[in-house]
Amino acid sequence: MTAERQVNVAVVVFPGSNCEHDAVEALSSLGATAELVWHTTKSLDGFDAIVVPGGFAHGDYLRCGAIARFSPVMDAVREAAEAGLPVLGICNGFQVLTEAHLLPGALLRNAGLRFMCDVVECEVVSISSVLTAGASVGQRLKLPINHFEGNYTCSVAMLRELEAGGRIPLRYVSNPNGSMGAVAAVSSKTGNVVGLMPHPERACSHLTGSVDGQVLLQSFLQAAADEAAMSATAPAGRPAGD
Amino acid sequence: MKFAVVVEVSALPGISDPEAATIERALPLLGFDRIAELSAGRIFHFVVDADDPGEARSVAEDLSHRLLANPVIQRADVTVSPIEVSA
Repeated sequence: MTAERQVNVAVVVFPGSNCEHDAVEALSSLGATAELVWHTTKSLDGFDAIVVPGGFAHGDYLRCGAIARFSPVMDAVREAAEAGLPVLGICNGFQVLTEAHLLPGALLRNAGLRFMCDVVECEVVSISSVLTAGASVGQRLKLPINHFEGNYTCSVAMLRELEAGGRIPLRYVSNPNGSMGAVAAVSSKTGNVVGLMPHPERACSHLTGSVDGQVLLQSFLQAAADEAAMSATAPAGRPAGD
Repeated sequence: MKFAVVVEVSALPGISDPEAATIERALPLLGFDRIAELSAGRIFHFVVDADDPGEARSVAEDLSHRLLANPVIQRADVTVSPIEVSA
């Protein structure tokens, strides 16, 4: 990382989150400071980036992410997204960001109704997002998946818009869950909000079988460092949204 | 006045419904070979305190669209009935 100071990442914790420590460990191993932030927190001032980790926020009752969307911290997440800060939703965090309308579409039960726990190959499709800016188009990454509701769905028109706008950072090489267009990750128009079902934070150590997640989280941290440097000179942020 | 509300949430047409598809595939095993177009959903029951049925419906629809259903993938059908209070 070329950042002059350490990037400070907020890792949001809901009741039922369970991947927050993996995220902190991975981000720390890449030189960032990462802090757990309880979901009742109303301000995320002082953070350079936000991670919404995996798990079962609020027990996944009603729909995955449906209740988490109304947690007090989500207003601050939305403000940060609108200000241009990198926001990353991993697995359940992706579901939370779609329910919060920070990303388009929704995640349904996997086709075949099987809980998927596997390592899959993903291909980098677009590098116009904070997650993939440091990767190369066509690069293949081995990443773990661990989900029941990872079947990405949106309207056909939206899928075309995502494809045309370079808003599909990653696709599955072999679609494990029925996702439309084999979509594994989706970004906002501005590229600073990204959600993905695979777990890059669990692919950052040889001990866990793959370090292919590092290029993604390094991109994310670099984007945070760049955004922080830009904000220091020009305080006005960029707009964000679907 | 109090109104009993029922909200039925189901998948929008064209949205894959693997649960319904799995149930439907199992039906012939039980001898139900003349059933088609099965869908699965959820029903919510609650009571709304409102001045009139229109207001009760408005509150229930607001709740349905903001929380009970995800309009990207689901539809919500709202039924409102006044609760009779015996004198």
